[in-house]
Amino acid sequence: MATIISVTDLSKSFSDSLALNRINFTVEKAELIAIIGPSGCGKSTLLRCLNGLELLDEGSVQIGDVNLERHHGEQPPDFQQRLRALREEVGMVFQSFNLFPHLTALENAIKAPMVVRKMKRAEAEEKARVYLEKVGLGNRMHHYPSQLSGGQQQRAAIARALTMSPKVMLYDEPTSALDPGLVGEVLSIMRQLDDEGMTQVVVTHEMRFAREVADRIIFLQQGELVESAPPEELFTAPRDDRTREFLKDFL
Amino acid sequence: MEPRRLENQKANRTRQKAKGRHFLFFKEGKEKVSSALLIFEICLLPFDFSFFFVLLVSSWFIFSPSLTVAADDLRWGADSEGGAPFVFSKPDNPRELIGFEVDLVNALGRELNRRPTFVQNQWDGLIPGLQRGNYHIAMNGLEITPERQRVINFTIPYYATVEQLAVRAGTTGINSLADLKGKVAGALKFSLAHTLLEKAGGIEVRTYDSQVSCLDDLIFGRLDAALMELPVAVYYVKPNPKLQFAGEPFEPVLYGIGVRQQDQALLAQLNDALRTLMKSGELRGIYEKWNIWNKDTEKLFVELVGAPQSTPATSPANSTQAYEDFTKVITNKPTWGERLRRYWSYLPFLLFQGAPMTLLISILGMIVAMAVGLVLALTNLYGPRPLVWLSRSYIEVIRGTPLLIQLYLIFYGLPSVGIKLTPLVAAVVGLGLNYAAYEAENYRAGIQSIPRGQMEAALSLGMTRAQSLRHVIVPQALRLVIPPVTNDFIALFKDSSIVSVITMVELTKVYGQLATAYYDYIGVGILTAAIYFLLGLPFVKLARYAEKRLATDQRTPVPAKRRWFGVK
Ligand SMILES: Nc1ncnc2c1ncn2[C@@H]1O[C@H](COP(=O)(O)OP(=O)(O)OP(=O)(O)O)[C@@H](O)[C@H]1O
Ligand SMILES: [Mg+2]
Repeated sequence: MATIISVTDLSKSFSDSLALNRINFTVEKAELIAIIGPSGCGKSTLLRCLNGLELLDEGSVQIGDVNLERHHGEQPPDFQQRLRALREEVGMVFQSFNLFPHLTALENAIKAPMVVRKMKRAEAEEKARVYLEKVGLGNRMHHYPSQLSGGQQQRAAIARALTMSPKVMLYDEPTSALDPGLVGEVLSIMRQLDDEGMTQVVVTHEMRFAREVADRIIFLQQGELVESAPPEELFTAPRDDRTREFLKDFL
Repeated sequence: MEPRRLENQKANRTRQKAKGRHFLFFKEGKEKVSSALLIFEICLLPFDFSFFFVLLVSSWFIFSPSLTVAADDLRWGADSEGGAPFVFSKPDNPRELIGFEVDLVNALGRELNRRPTFVQNQWDGLIPGLQRGNYHIAMNGLEITPERQRVINFTIPYYATVEQLAVRAGTTGINSLADLKGKVAGALKFSLAHTLLEKAGGIEVRTYDSQVSCLDDLIFGRLDAALMELPVAVYYVKPNPKLQFAGEPFEPVLYGIGVRQQDQALLAQLNDALRTLMKSGELRGIYEKWNIWNKDTEKLFVELVGAPQSTPATSPANSTQAYEDFTKVITNKPTWGERLRRYWSYLPFLLFQGAPMTLLISILGMIVAMAVGLVLALTNLYGPRPLVWLSRSYIEVIRGTPLLIQLYLIFYGLPSVGIKLTPLVAAVVGLGLNYAAYEAENYRAGIQSIPRGQMEAALSLGMTRAQSLRHVIVPQALRLVIPPVTNDFIALFKDSSIVSVITMVELTKVYGQLATAYYDYIGVGILTAAIYFLLGLPFVKLARYAEKRLATDQRTPVPAKRRWFGVK
């Protein structure tokens, strides 16, 4: 299996604090990686560094052919182009969905392909329909976000990301804003994508999901990557005390 | 795998194309758009080019009339609101202008073989209007004074008169300027009478845009006396039982026709024509018809052309007909039926001459305001430092200075640096640029109220910052700002009345003309106000409808500020 994401010595600090400290990990093609850790440990920051919504200070992020590299705040002159190229290959799903409220589910999905990839409307719609049907919104395509339930909105957001044909999908707590009853419908889509061979990185508090579906789990604490291991290993025999402490409620 | 690679190639190609056009740089994790061009592009694209079309059409509309000034026109600048007996609307047909100066200019046109065209211009702006070339001659009771002679040329005097004081009927003890010490007196703004009152010292001087409003204030008791030239007094004081002459006339006054200093040939032609009209007795005939022939003018004519012509060939049988017609109108108290019929007859005038111009100015002005406002707002939010500073200053300066002054600067100031706008363009540009500052603040508030997540979602889909603005942020912000922008449109619509100061004849100016014709400010005023109100209504309705249709979130509750003390 080929490596699709590799993060090397990634550091990121905000004005007052170090949010990520020399993070290293790789993701293989078709893997599903779960990132877990206590609140404020830097999970979101790490995920956002992967698609440049947060700019790393140090180190490099390589996704597919695109490399984002910065050292001492210096960056290559074509950094902007690289950033956009990277974002086109990486889909992102947010905790609060962030659907465009003035557009229907279908329009949400075709906007970026048309604007960024200069796709014809018909072509984009055809593609978007496939994904909207895949996430079970075949009969809700012309609904506005405000006319959809939370679960439906999140599924629409996933379809929107998929319509750009990303190589990697990133999720930041995709089910945290959902009623418990709606969590399942979103998780099952991620499960399905996993089965189809999509590479996915998921920040989540859904330990059961992480344990069942993830190929590997990354545990972060205070900006440090403490442990990275397959779920069974991590849940049954954590190597680090901090991991054990964090997981003791779930064991 | 195959299709995806193709797609990527395509994407790469578009990326490379884009690369050459926009230069972007990174700073503290935030993209900063470093090119004003880019902002321009974003601003204009939401309008999907139909906007360009509108601008194109409207600019053609604006510019074309100014290009057709026939050489044999004799453009004559005067203020029809100034009143009788100079130039004023014919009471029973407000479209027609009458007055002794109308008769005079027609006679001059015949002598010069040029067709006189009336150009409406605020009286106190007649000289600036002449200098900026709005018309060939300024003739509207302009007194020949050394100050004016420094900036324009005058023909030989065409009329001589004197200054006359007027007071409320029954007033005693005011017979001269000396009696006015410590009292309040009024005059037409920048007229000789104004200067005389100022020079006398110790008098509180009030000035007016029109003679009629000055006399109104005298009647209402806000003035103790009014100073004016005799013809005005004969027309507005003499027939009015509430007013009377005070003391003897004093201070000789000569009226001349104003001509630009470079128009020497025209000046000579006018002088010749005036002499001809004096010699033939035609000019005297005109003055007699208007009941303003006097000893001073007779002496003036003798000085200028020699022996008097006591019986002019063209003198009408009933020599003071025009004056009697006028006094009948002024003194006659109309019944309500007559009044209503009169208002009814004014309607077409207000609706077809005034209202369309008001609408045109307001709509074009608002288009300018919205377009420029969006550029300003985006520059303000996303532009590079110097441009941010520039747009910020623009907004603050425009909001902090009076619209009236801005209009004056654009209309009378810009020609001195070579930019001469037609009144319509100046009005649209003036109102548009003024309101742009307010629209910019509306847009800024709208854009800032769009949640951060929207921009992040757009960026994460691979859009550039500019694309995100254009396709995601601005469309949402535009919907949000519909209510405040509508408010501003209504305000602009009413503010458009101010452009009468730069010679536009729109609803308010037409109101002024009609009101002076019958000396009826209240009735015509209410009628005009009602027309403003009714014209504004459809836009309010349209905005409500658009707001509902475009609402981004059907489930959003009514914003708190729209509730009335918490009660919806
Ligand atoms: N924009 C920012 N400016 C300053 N500090 C920030 C910013 N974003 C995050 N931080 C800080 O960085 C640290 C990591 O934040 P992050 O959001 O990545 O945590 P998290 O693991 O996602 O937490 P949670 O599980 O609550 O979402 C926190 O201490 C946070 O306060
Ligand atoms: Mg988080």
